[in-house]
Amino acid sequence: MSGYAPYVWGSFGFTAMVLAWNWWAPRSRRRRILEAELDE
Amino acid sequence: MWTWFHRLASPPFFFRLAERWAPWLGVAALVLLAWGWIGGLVFAPPDYQQKDAFRIIYVHVPAAAVSLSLYTLMALAGAVAVIWRMKLAECVLVATAPVGASMTVVALVTGMLWGKPMWGTYWVWDARLTSELVLLFLYLGVIGLYRAFDDPRAGARACALLAIVGVVNVPIVKYSVEWWNSLHQGSTIMKLGKPSIALEMAIPLYAAVAGTLLFCGYAILRRVQNELLWRERGTQWVRELRVGEPGR
Repeated sequence: MSGYAPYVWGSFGFTAMVLAWNWWAPRSRRRRILEAELDE
Repeated sequence: MWTWFHRLASPPFFFRLAERWAPWLGVAALVLLAWGWIGGLVFAPPDYQQKDAFRIIYVHVPAAAVSLSLYTLMALAGAVAVIWRMKLAECVLVATAPVGASMTVVALVTGMLWGKPMWGTYWVWDARLTSELVLLFLYLGVIGLYRAFDDPRAGARACALLAIVGVVNVPIVKYSVEWWNSLHQGSTIMKLGKPSIALEMAIPLYAAVAGTLLFCGYAILRRVQNELLWRERGTQWVRELRVGEPGR
């Protein structure tokens, strides 16, 4: 990576984390909404 | 045609349509992202000036392009919500804001990580960087404003007005590198006509842009579904869905 590895891998790693959050957050909220519906 | 549009605006119809199509969107996004990222990291040759640091474009450019597209989508949904008072448009508006904000954060952070080795600094108050930061504040404004209201419909309408007014920032971000002297490089890929980038670098980039766009489409669909579930809680179709949900 000609000395740029921390910047390149840091960028890809950060983006992967944000994409994973975008995948996980709606799933988690859906579960909470349906659980609240079940409790009512 | 119009009948189909009217059906699309129906919460249960849209929910089921999204339920059917979202997984396919997710799979297509992952395939394109894998193609773009692996192509960009492994197969694209290093840039003659920036060497391997240029590979950051495979995450930076898609995030920046999508952050602008999503804001435009949010403003269009806001206009529909204000003019036709369509509940689904309100849901699209509020569902797009967190996804757009996250893409703006990615564009800013990866831009900083590119700026440090190329410019010698993480941040400058340059027109492109500053207008992209304003875009993030607009997204955060929409998220915060929606949460400040107890009535989701009133909150969504207030957000719609903010989104519509804020859309003026989209062309400012896009053309900032042409209108002002900027440290940020000019358009190389997204410019109209012939892009000034080699094809073996460009093809994975287009795949990464398409993959990021589809992934955000997937995330927005899932968030719209949640918003519909939340607003329609207690109705017959949501109760039926709860019974049919796996693991229940």
